[in-house]
Amino acid sequence: MLQHMSSIVWLLIHTVEEMGDRVARGRFPFRLSIFFEQTERTGVGSIPLVSLVSFFIGLTMALLTGYQLQTFGQERLVPALVGIAFTRELGPLMTGIMVAARIGAAYTAELGTMTVSEEVEAIEAMGIGPLRFLVSPRVLAVFLLLPCLVVISDVTAMTGAALISRWAFDIPFRSFFDIALENVLIRDIIAGTVKSFLFGLIIGLVSCYKGLSVRGGAAGVGDATTSSVVTSITTVIGFDTLCNIVIVALFDK
Amino acid sequence: MNDAEKTIVELRDVHLAFGDNEILSGVNLAIPERGRVVILGQSGGGKSTMLRLILGILKPTSGGVLFKGHDITGMKRRRLNQMRQRMGMVYQYSALISSLSVRDNLSLPLEELTRKTRAEIDKAVDEKLAMVGMTEARDKMPSELSGGMRKRIGLARGIIMDPQLILYDEPSAGLDPVTSSVINELIISLSDAIGATSIIVTHEMESAFKIATHMAMLFQGRIIASDTPENFKSSTDPVVAQFISGDTIGPINEGTAKP
Repeated sequence: MLQHMSSIVWLLIHTVEEMGDRVARGRFPFRLSIFFEQTERTGVGSIPLVSLVSFFIGLTMALLTGYQLQTFGQERLVPALVGIAFTRELGPLMTGIMVAARIGAAYTAELGTMTVSEEVEAIEAMGIGPLRFLVSPRVLAVFLLLPCLVVISDVTAMTGAALISRWAFDIPFRSFFDIALENVLIRDIIAGTVKSFLFGLIIGLVSCYKGLSVRGGAAGVGDATTSSVVTSITTVIGFDTLCNIVIVALFDK
Repeated sequence: MNDAEKTIVELRDVHLAFGDNEILSGVNLAIPERGRVVILGQSGGGKSTMLRLILGILKPTSGGVLFKGHDITGMKRRRLNQMRQRMGMVYQYSALISSLSVRDNLSLPLEELTRKTRAEIDKAVDEKLAMVGMTEARDKMPSELSGGMRKRIGLARGIIMDPQLILYDEPSAGLDPVTSSVINELIISLSDAIGATSIIVTHEMESAFKIATHMAMLFQGRIIASDTPENFKSSTDPVVAQFISGDTIGPINEGTAKP
């Protein structure tokens, strides 16, 4: 466990170093074409999944909490509840889990296959830094695109919640969004954004590390992919808890 | 051989162990410049590992690996990468990047490591493809090529940077006899054409004698013989003699526990 964590930190440091070497020689650190290919795959490609799942979760959450709150005549708390829960917690968390499963697995399988077929070694043998060439565009793509996906997740969840609130609790769309905006604080948005970047970095690094450290052929790639998804998801949830404790201890009340 | 100025690669008392498993136990070998040195040895005996040590991908447990007089074992990555640009490696299974076309595979090192213009790169790619007789494969993907064709593209990629040293890992393994001969002839003509030194790792005797200007035999982690092909053929060393003849009875089977 500690060994893996130090290896991942090592991977980050060496990737940054290789990029630095490259910049020092007056060249761009990675190929933009690879970067945009990865952002398209990570960002645009994940929009349908992220928005669909978030829409349903937002809807369900509003429906279930609304019925409970209705017994106390407090169903007008639903917009605030869904708004805060998603911007601060569920948006980054759900998106992190979905991206870890969708993109993390793909990165690990891809880099793992390249490692097994000696492609990564061949890149290294040519004198091209494989970390800056292969890892940096991928990690940067998830790091930068995950927060964008979180915004989409938040918006679609709110839409789902607004639709069901209109139908089940007679809260008009307009007042749904007004109540939500009144109650969501800048603090919640910042917490959600910081988490999103952090989760993106974790998913990118874990999946690339797992891919590059594959041993043992096709079965090894399979094992690494499973391990990559499991590790990314648990690490994301772990860091989410840690962030929440820190935020509550430092900033709430 | 002993003339230091004419040596391009030198391994000095190289030891390498993975855990308790010692692969190389004191390898001493000097590779003469502009030669075609064949390293013979059993499968899994550490021959390919020697190539990876020369490339600096693996670090020896102890000992030194010198390329043109510079010890690469303790070298900083940046400097090591500069050294690697003067070497070309041809992999057993070609190791072409499967997501890139043949042309992009060849132009990759030029684009990444030099400041050549697009036209210069295209010219170099066409030139190298012509040298291996694969001009028509330029726009194909590696998956569309046969094993022999891939190997030729691998050769072209190995020489794309006009290296001073080319390393071949089992160049004729898994190929039919005719393709194998074509590859052997290519190895000879390519190293002559760009004036490079070649190190070829193989266990196929026929190819070895065709290519070699010098031979070395790796056995149980050490170089036990290093000589010209003629002297190798008439060697009285029981290990060398058994390896060349392919006899099933001899010191090679006794020395290792594995059948």
